[in-house]
Amino acid sequence: MDFQVVVLAGGTSETLSPLVSKDVPKALLPVANRPLLSYALDLLEASDLKDLIVVVEGQEAARLVGAWVSSAYLDRLCVEVLAVSEDLGSAGALRAISKRLTANDILVISGDLVTDVLPGAVAATHRRNGAAVTALLCSVPVSGPSETASSSGKDKAKKPNRLNIVGLDKTKQFLLHIVSGTDVEKDVRVHKRKIQAVGQMEIRSDLMDAHLYAFKRTILQDVLEQKEAYRSIRLEVLPYLVRSQLRSAPSGGHGTTVGETGNSAVLSSGNLQCLSQHHVITPSAFKQDALSRSHGGHRCCAYIATKSKYCHRLNSIQSYCDINRDVIGEASHLSGYSFSAQNNIIHPSSVLGSKTTIGPHCILAEGSQLGDKCSVKRSVIGRHCRISSNVKIVNSVVMNHVVIEDGCHIQGSVVCNNVQLQERSVLKDCQIGAGYIVTAGSEHKAESLARK
Amino acid sequence: MDIRRPPPRSSSGGVEPRFRQVGFVTSAEPGPAAASPPASDGLSPVMIPPPLIHDHLPAPAPELESLMPSSPPPASSSRLDAGSDLGDDDDDVDVSWARPRPPPPALPEPNKRDLTETKSEGHPTSVPQKPKLSKAERRAIQEAQRAAKAAAKEAGSKSTAKASDVNTKISKQPKAGKAALKKDVTQVNPPAASDKKTDERLPDKDRKKDVPQPRMQFDDVHRVVKAKKRSVVNQSEARNRVELFRHLPQYAHGTQLPELESKFFQPDLMHPSVYKVGLQYLSDDISGGNARCIAMLLAFREAINDYSTPAEKILSRDLTAKISSYVSFLIECRPLSISMGNAIRFLKNRITKLPLALSESEAKASLQSDIDRFINEKIIVAGKVIVSHAVTKIRDDDVLLTYGSPSVVEMIFDHAHELGKKFRVVVVDSRPNLEGQGLLRRLVAKGISCTYTHINAVSYIMHEVTRVFLGASSVLSNGTVYSRVGTSSVAMVAHAFGVPVLMCCEAYKFHERVQLDSICFNELGDPDAISRVPGGESLSHLKNWAENENLHILNLKYDITPADYVSMLITDYGMLPPTSVPVIVREYRREHVWI
Repeated sequence: MDFQVVVLAGGTSETLSPLVSKDVPKALLPVANRPLLSYALDLLEASDLKDLIVVVEGQEAARLVGAWVSSAYLDRLCVEVLAVSEDLGSAGALRAISKRLTANDILVISGDLVTDVLPGAVAATHRRNGAAVTALLCSVPVSGPSETASSSGKDKAKKPNRLNIVGLDKTKQFLLHIVSGTDVEKDVRVHKRKIQAVGQMEIRSDLMDAHLYAFKRTILQDVLEQKEAYRSIRLEVLPYLVRSQLRSAPSGGHGTTVGETGNSAVLSSGNLQCLSQHHVITPSAFKQDALSRSHGGHRCCAYIATKSKYCHRLNSIQSYCDINRDVIGEASHLSGYSFSAQNNIIHPSSVLGSKTTIGPHCILAEGSQLGDKCSVKRSVIGRHCRISSNVKIVNSVVMNHVVIEDGCHIQGSVVCNNVQLQERSVLKDCQIGAGYIVTAGSEHKAESLARK
Repeated sequence: MDIRRPPPRSSSGGVEPRFRQVGFVTSAEPGPAAASPPASDGLSPVMIPPPLIHDHLPAPAPELESLMPSSPPPASSSRLDAGSDLGDDDDDVDVSWARPRPPPPALPEPNKRDLTETKSEGHPTSVPQKPKLSKAERRAIQEAQRAAKAAAKEAGSKSTAKASDVNTKISKQPKAGKAALKKDVTQVNPPAASDKKTDERLPDKDRKKDVPQPRMQFDDVHRVVKAKKRSVVNQSEARNRVELFRHLPQYAHGTQLPELESKFFQPDLMHPSVYKVGLQYLSDDISGGNARCIAMLLAFREAINDYSTPAEKILSRDLTAKISSYVSFLIECRPLSISMGNAIRFLKNRITKLPLALSESEAKASLQSDIDRFINEKIIVAGKVIVSHAVTKIRDDDVLLTYGSPSVVEMIFDHAHELGKKFRVVVVDSRPNLEGQGLLRRLVAKGISCTYTHINAVSYIMHEVTRVFLGASSVLSNGTVYSRVGTSSVAMVAHAFGVPVLMCCEAYKFHERVQLDSICFNELGDPDAISRVPGGESLSHLKNWAENENLHILNLKYDITPADYVSMLITDYGMLPPTSVPVIVREYRREHVWI
């Protein structure tokens, strides 16, 4: 179908700091005991996209990711892992590899996206509308329904940061306005010209940019080339394209170039010139004639995922917990595991002590041992963990090779590889970096602990 | 169901064609409407001077045979007994479409039914005919018998009671008659009788070569299941379909798009441009006969551009197959319009007629230029010619009425306005598409004074109208105009008011088919489109209509306007009476499409 796929796998993200380290780049962060990147790759594989470019920030991270990909997807995918230097941002990473892009359209997917929205749907919308860019918008995920009050409250407190203001046309296909995240002010400014051209605009704040885009290659490359300062696709490139789509050709220097390239690049639109004489463009949206033709610009489209689809980005610690919970809970089809009758997964090689209960929505990976009278609820426990007796783990993620001694309580926390929790330590809403040793009897609440 | 039953026996020998008027008939019209069907039917064959036709017949016939492997003598003879009442001069042309259609009492049917039913009851009645029959005819009868038998058997075995007994089977015949009839009607052409495969394979193959694939009859369960297996788009059919229109495809709306999207990246599925056009059809991004046709041709053009002949294959054969697969994909997205069918025939014909000596790149270039030429000559220039003709019919102070948003009519208005004529336009519109609003907006933007109304009010607005300009999806060879649903109502009202009706239609949309009602061939739209009413919750009484078994919603897309209501046809060949369509079809075919 003449699409090229770029997976932006990131590097060692700062925001996920205690979880992500040099040894575990973001792409390999285990989500329900599978590397994060595998969700994106599996999704693409399911859609018959076998030739992928995975872009990783940093040589070392790229090496790790490359090693994992080549072992896990040996016969299944043809993946090219490219390393770019760190701190380029998503747009910078694309710019660095833009020479390798050859197909007509580029599908850019963030490696931290966990979703079951088919990329084919986005691509089909893109093609159907002949758009310059099509973005996947999904409804802002709400924290799980049956959550403890504390965590959902915290969740809500964090949400406003990621607020998006999205303006759509009447048919909900065209993206007319987008202001994201940090630069949302109290009032939204919309150009009069936009309203004039479109007539009606729907402003929504319940949509989130999922960082899955289909770009027209020529337009993408032009923007990357001209706007060298742009670092982020979501915050800069996309809003720029949306802004410039209505810009009439003569106004403003950069507007012209984009307009022209849009015209020359879109060969098919040249072909369709005679079509437009017949007013082909959608009967419902004859106003879009103005959008598409008279300004010689391009169109920005949106594909809005239905509410029933799961779509979540892993870009904060909170979202890491949410995704872990969802993947073993409500969105369990994403995990690729088959759940037992009790709605949990207990690897046969794991050992449970007497009176130990594993509740529903739990995963216990291979080789882990639990002592007596333990209780695990809605949590993920990694490989080869040794957990002694009387340990309570609720709403948490425990990675591999973790040692937890007697009487520990872990709630809403993330415990990374090789951590040692000594007796009776209590963790609540904490993140424990790899290799850290929590001393006996200590209590931590909402802390982020990492080895110096 | 009862509506279907009446015609058969009473008609003496079944020669009298039956004509069923669908929609409104102005009672003021004493003439040809329902009272004397033969008159309006007679239009096409009778108006043509017989000698001329017989002159023509031999000329195009061999050509036809070589070009289109689908309209050959044996088949025609097999159909002759059924189709003879259409007029013998016509049947060479008719063969391609006059295959039996099941439910409505279209004219070939009564005989067919007589024939098969008498057959199934036993030979006696057919014996006297025997000496007259040619070999092909005999074979056809045999086929019919066999099919009827198979069908009867099936019908018998379904009713579990006394299926095995031969006597009871015969006694059941009348009861199972309906099922049998329906079945054999569709089966006679390509018999789909499952249990007789072995001995029917040969004639089956023959037939497939001879007879063009009949249109799918979607009330035939076997064939629907078969078709589903090979379809690209996985569709689930809508429930609660209107009885009379069961033979037309209707799918639950909104189920196709996600299916198709999920397959987007499957390798070798479809050429991207074809795929894109299919998506656009599906989502109604492209609608209107000309636009759809152009979009399809451009997609094919691109596909041809990217095409390379696989090893050990011949370009003409392989490309034809490729195009066919594209076409069947597009049909799944939305049934083809007649104009698209003509364009496809043109293209396929050009492919088969490519000289073998041509290299691949030359062949591709020639095909592409053919497509360009077709678009340019048959659609764009034709539109301009129509405009130049039609403008002469617009005088100052005229009030012109149009219905929907026909592209040609819009160009006419534009051009007349540019010429400085002073006229007023009445745009009549209808739910659910409300295409007229787009036209209205563009006309008003150009400074033409307009009135906008819905079709409900057409009889009131007609008083002040001096001319009616309508667009057409196709014009059939009996002068019948196949067009957007509602067109016939507008035309009839105009006729009753004595307002001239000018149909604007490019000649490439003409078709040699004859259609007497809008039931046999039509398209069903999304029923939700009409059950959904804008204006809030309080008005949506039909919200869960699909769950109510007693409710059927019919969203018909096309209707036919009998030639009587059309004052004049404006085509790229000039302004003609609708009775001249067969001439155009004949000439046009020979001179242009079948070069």
